[in-house]
Amino acid sequence: MHEVVVISGKGGTGKTSLTAAFAHLSRETLLCDLDVDAPDLHLILNPSPSPAEPFFSGFEPQIDRQTCTACGTCAQMCRFDAIAEREGKPWVDLIRCEGCGVCVHFCPERAIAFSPKQCGQWRISQTRFGPMVHAQLYPGEENSGKLVAHLRKEARQLAESSGLRLILSDGPPGIGCPVISALSGVDLAVMVTEPTPSGLHDLKRVVELSDHFKVPAAVIINKSDLNASMADDISSFCASRGIPVPTRLPHDTGFVHAMVQGRTITEHEDGVTSRHLRSAWADILKTLHAVKAA
Amino acid sequence: MKIAIASGKGGTGKTLVSASLAAVWERPVKAVDLDVEEPNLHLFLKPEIDGTQPAYMPVPVVDEEKCSYCRACAELCQYKAISVLGSVVMTFTDMCHGCGGCMAVCPTGAITTGRRILGEISWGRAGGAGFIMGCLRVGEAMSPPLIRQVLAQVNRKDLSAPTADVLFDAPPGVSCPAVSAVLDSDVIVLVTEPTPFGLFDLRLAHQAFAPMGKPMGVVVNRAGLGDEHVHRFCRKSGLPILAEIPYDRNIAGTYARGGIVARDMPSMAKRFVALQRAIDDLVHNKAEAHHA
Repeated sequence: MHEVVVISGKGGTGKTSLTAAFAHLSRETLLCDLDVDAPDLHLILNPSPSPAEPFFSGFEPQIDRQTCTACGTCAQMCRFDAIAEREGKPWVDLIRCEGCGVCVHFCPERAIAFSPKQCGQWRISQTRFGPMVHAQLYPGEENSGKLVAHLRKEARQLAESSGLRLILSDGPPGIGCPVISALSGVDLAVMVTEPTPSGLHDLKRVVELSDHFKVPAAVIINKSDLNASMADDISSFCASRGIPVPTRLPHDTGFVHAMVQGRTITEHEDGVTSRHLRSAWADILKTLHAVKAA
Repeated sequence: MKIAIASGKGGTGKTLVSASLAAVWERPVKAVDLDVEEPNLHLFLKPEIDGTQPAYMPVPVVDEEKCSYCRACAELCQYKAISVLGSVVMTFTDMCHGCGGCMAVCPTGAITTGRRILGEISWGRAGGAGFIMGCLRVGEAMSPPLIRQVLAQVNRKDLSAPTADVLFDAPPGVSCPAVSAVLDSDVIVLVTEPTPFGLFDLRLAHQAFAPMGKPMGVVVNRAGLGDEHVHRFCRKSGLPILAEIPYDRNIAGTYARGGIVARDMPSMAKRFVALQRAIDDLVHNKAEAHHA
């Protein structure tokens, strides 16, 4: 079984639109949305309704106002400024709380309860391109990395039991916790960039990250005609690092027109972009088999 | 006044809006890049950097001479950053959140404070504006602690008047990094685009940030592309649209060349001046409504 994740560093370069197009072009593939913070893949893949499972991770403290003597120990020991005061008694500001449990442990009155925290939900759905594993972290929550790891575990089990040979995941932006969780141990990272100063800067950081985790990469330059000379710079950067560039796509508003209708661009039209995407997907599969063979 | 430029979806134009606002702002201002995973504001503002310093997370260092292997630290740690197996103590400092619990609970004083590098903080000047940015070390998972340390530098006296307004370029998303970035602001400007992705993530951002009770408005970027649902959502949820930036290849091209849209495209400058005034009005009206 192979795992491919689509990431970008910079947001808005086209990760989800390309993942959806590749979902359309691939066979025997399990789809997975690892951008659990702002998941958008379902807006194109339109999965059939399915039951949601709660996702618990970490604990949250709650101070019992009856037992609390307002001694101030919790506020003194909290390093996250998460203990505030209300009417002479402390309360936990859950937006700032990191669930470390220090207040719970050191409360001399044992007045602080510590209960498991539900921070999101996840589900397995059916789409017109096959099964999909996806989730929604509750807005403002932490632990996105753990939810990503959980989705990947569920995806691998499901792929195994359904005899699917490829897991194709839409990844989160950035280089932090959820990206590390989405990237570590996959067979290939497809990086989507754009020829802007931000696109190149962020691509370099995400390439450094994939090197760090020894994950092979391939780069797609989207909107390449916005700044052709910078697109060339990106191509040379990739060549210098031995990273294949399966395609350079034009800046195409067809992606938006397709998205508004809940379709992939390859379903929506058979223009230049779709043709590029077909050959890019074939190249990505070749790269994948080459890295697996190596 | 502190203004957070945020969005649910990435790539909607937070940095374009932040750079343009910094360029036309009519009062003293500081621009602060809190998208520490992928900081981009400096690529457009091209600041002169006056200084850079590393940012650290305090992590445990165990002196095995003093350790009695009682396991109190391992039992307290919620992040599996320290473990005791028989008479071996292991620390996994990458997992540590720096809560200090292990040091406080150790009965033999065997745990002291070491440090893990989170990234670095730089500051300087861009034109008339002060400038601060955080940059996460590649491989570091936790951006919120670095964001908090960048925020602690906002009142530096060497950059601009202490009364200067502050523009925060926030990270995308609606989880802990984005929340850490907007928590200190007086007003939140959500940048979105009129597409199904833009709408879905705008809803999430609204859900995540509305409980903070701060005045909040929307900038619709690439207006004219996509459909009308973002406008409908804003009307229904009482989110004022503070500005629209039309979909225009020249704007995308200016950004792609590293330009600042409000400075390099005269037709756009007045839109951003109007945006500043709309932000001022939003904060002012909210304050008045509060006092009434």
